[in-house]
Amino acid sequence: MAANGYEDVVKGDDAVPALEVQPQELYHAKSFWTRYIFCQDAKVIAVQYSLTAIAIGLVGLVSSWLIRMQIAYPGVIPMDASAYYQLVTMHGMIMVIYLLTALFLGGFGNYLIPLMVGARDMVFPYVNMLSYWVFLLAVLILVASYFVPGGPTGAGWTLYPPQAITSGTPGSGLGIILMIVSLAVFVVGFTMGGLNYVITTLQARTRGMTLMRLPLTVWGIFVATVLALFAFPALLVAGIMMLLDNILGTSFFMPAILEAGLGEQMAYDGGSPILFQHLFWFFGHPEVYIVALPAFGIVSDLISVHARKNIFGYRMMVWAIVIIGFLSFIVWAHHMYVAGMNPWFGFFFATTTLIIAIPTALKVYNWVLTLWRGNIQLTVPMLFAIGFLITFTNGGLTGLFLGNVIVDVPLSDTYFVVAHFHMVMGIAPVLVVYGAIYHWFPLITGRFLNNRLGKIHFWITFLGSYSIYFPMHYLGFMGVTRRYFEVFEGEAFPVSIVGINQFITIAALVTGFAQLVFFYNLIVSVKHGDKAEKNPWKACSLEWQTTEMPPGHGNFEKELPIVHRWAYDFSVPGANEDYIPQNISPSEVSNAQAEKT
Amino acid sequence: MSNRNKEESILQLLTQKPWDPAQAELDNLHSGQTIDLSTGKLGQRYIIIVSTIFFCLFIVTYSDRMIYADWQNMPEPLLLWFNTFVLLASSIIFISVQVASNKKQFEKVKRGLLMIGGLAFIFILGQLLVWQKLIGLGYYVAGNPANAYFYLFTALHGLHLIGGLIYWGMTIRKVWSFNEIIVKNAQHTVELCGIYWHFLLFVWLVLFGLMSFS
Ligand code: HEM
Ligand SMILES: [Cu+2]
Repeated sequence: MAANGYEDVVKGDDAVPALEVQPQELYHAKSFWTRYIFCQDAKVIAVQYSLTAIAIGLVGLVSSWLIRMQIAYPGVIPMDASAYYQLVTMHGMIMVIYLLTALFLGGFGNYLIPLMVGARDMVFPYVNMLSYWVFLLAVLILVASYFVPGGPTGAGWTLYPPQAITSGTPGSGLGIILMIVSLAVFVVGFTMGGLNYVITTLQARTRGMTLMRLPLTVWGIFVATVLALFAFPALLVAGIMMLLDNILGTSFFMPAILEAGLGEQMAYDGGSPILFQHLFWFFGHPEVYIVALPAFGIVSDLISVHARKNIFGYRMMVWAIVIIGFLSFIVWAHHMYVAGMNPWFGFFFATTTLIIAIPTALKVYNWVLTLWRGNIQLTVPMLFAIGFLITFTNGGLTGLFLGNVIVDVPLSDTYFVVAHFHMVMGIAPVLVVYGAIYHWFPLITGRFLNNRLGKIHFWITFLGSYSIYFPMHYLGFMGVTRRYFEVFEGEAFPVSIVGINQFITIAALVTGFAQLVFFYNLIVSVKHGDKAEKNPWKACSLEWQTTEMPPGHGNFEKELPIVHRWAYDFSVPGANEDYIPQNISPSEVSNAQAEKT
Repeated sequence: MSNRNKEESILQLLTQKPWDPAQAELDNLHSGQTIDLSTGKLGQRYIIIVSTIFFCLFIVTYSDRMIYADWQNMPEPLLLWFNTFVLLASSIIFISVQVASNKKQFEKVKRGLLMIGGLAFIFILGQLLVWQKLIGLGYYVAGNPANAYFYLFTALHGLHLIGGLIYWGMTIRKVWSFNEIIVKNAQHTVELCGIYWHFLLFVWLVLFGLMSFS
């Protein structure tokens, strides 16, 4: 037995390992300030992270409405090209970094990791608290950039030099400086949070909780954090060097160039803008999986719980997460096919890009197979999970198109790309976020969100976002370029695209406003929602097995739970109920045998 | 014996079948810890890994940028060698401090720590003097990418060293105020601070070597 790498097995039903992970000394809040504001409890930090992310996310949402108005009904909302570029830039940056990354890792990571692994809190609660405050500082710096002379940067969310720092680009003065500083601060704050997510998952699990017994949610967040550790430094490095180019006049990225408007030679010489692109996308591509992997993990758990079935191919799901994580570091140049590269280079990156589709497709099959013959409960979380499956598959397929150099060259910088990444990175993860909120809201507040409003919210959001992004594929094929302030001058495009654009804008406004239904539901249900009994979805994972619900300070009462099984013992033949929580010992469920996948 | 469950390889781990009753019997005995190290040590490794990646990326861009025609190496003041020697000396002293701390010879630890701090300050001062000298000679940051990298690397390393000095300050506090109960705690801190110190020396040697011999 020891060959397996374990202690000698003590026979008998409920053998329990000795306590090795020493019980944590808990920090106790003494006043209102330390309980709700400068709090070290991961659950409170999670809520702080989420609310901050959502607040700044609303700025991103409103930006998108203004962008859409300009595209479909130019002039209705007066704006010049500069304002348009600033809106587009801030929309992209806010949504990718400050909303999704912060929400999945800082929000869901903080709430779920300690509870799901059976720990009282993160291993470094103080650093965890700092992480939030540093994140908030990053958000405030970002917001400040709206109020400086020249406004926020309008360089596009990729911030490519030279244009990001040359005059003529909106916000090329203080705007871009604050943007980079904000990102740098974000990276520092994230590194502090990541320290906790990684080490808590590795070291602070409760007894009996092997890594392979973890719910996939934790796997997704864990691997995403590891990716972030490797990817974010690249953003930081690129940011620092561009800052120096901007402030001190170095030429890391800046080539010899003429000043826009004046036509005078600037002091720069010899720098390589392509180098920036490499650094940016070495960060940027893993970043898309930093958002996607937690969504993969969470959606696996939603599907399994609400279909009352164990997740199909748990091991494959873990492998896929790890392999995707690894591969995501060797595909970055597929964002640079049109930057001018050696054809062999393009060939290499096209190959790796297509290879990454294999583990991704495998996950999709496994989700579908989990649903297959499951006892599917069409709850709101399940609806959102299915919505994710559809949009993600759609976006993944267009990714395959774009991964091929020849197909990408004409489609690059068109609305086809916009459709691709919004399907895969905009809509799909946001649907998971919603599903997850409907799912875990009872745990966090002790009350349900209203079911009927939830269904209305789902259908408008799902059909609405499909109406927004599906026609964009067609626009892309027609050659409509992205990031253009006005596309209707001249006769480059058939009139039909005007109608399509107007349709998209109306869909975007309707879908956007439908989110008010959700916010209304959220606010009202905190106080007046239906009371939830303990473990209302009958889930197996530990976060639902706390004595109190919502879990109190220290998560579990006197004793930490001891884990006897994986997180997916649903519908086990012979068991009394259709689920067996992870902390139920074998002797409590004699008769039932774990089902094999 | 109890550590055995932490030594499994990643492959072994990933091939487990958590739903299998035989595996379940083994898993039930798992302590919940993956790596047999204190969280403090792991946390420090985490920081060292992140900052290694950070410096590695800079080095990659350095090697990419230096092949362009405009690259012109800077002169290398002798003072840099002196500074390197000072940093090296502080690291060597730290080794003896670590040994002394393990033997609970805290008087020696205290003396050593003070010397290390002094040397670190001398190093930083020395680096600033190098800057002053080069600027005096007309080697400005924006003059040439080689200059830019030189100032960038020394500044980043200096910032890391200032971070190290903050940690050094915390170590001093622990060691000075220690009593029997927290001996372990003080020893732990000294050890971690030492590891970081050696890491910073290593980073400096790599950066310095890169700039001198490329
Ligand atoms: C979770 C999965 C994915 C996410 C979150 C994602 C995200 C993105 C984003 C944000 C962009 C836009 C970059 C920009 O130009 O500003 C993009 C472009 C691209 N994606 Fe994806 N993607 C995903 C999956 C895939 C897959 C599976 C493939 C290929 C198999 C793929 C291939 C591409 C390619 C080639 C581009 C570059 C298009 C161009 O700029 O011309 N993506 N993706
Ligand atoms: Cu990509």
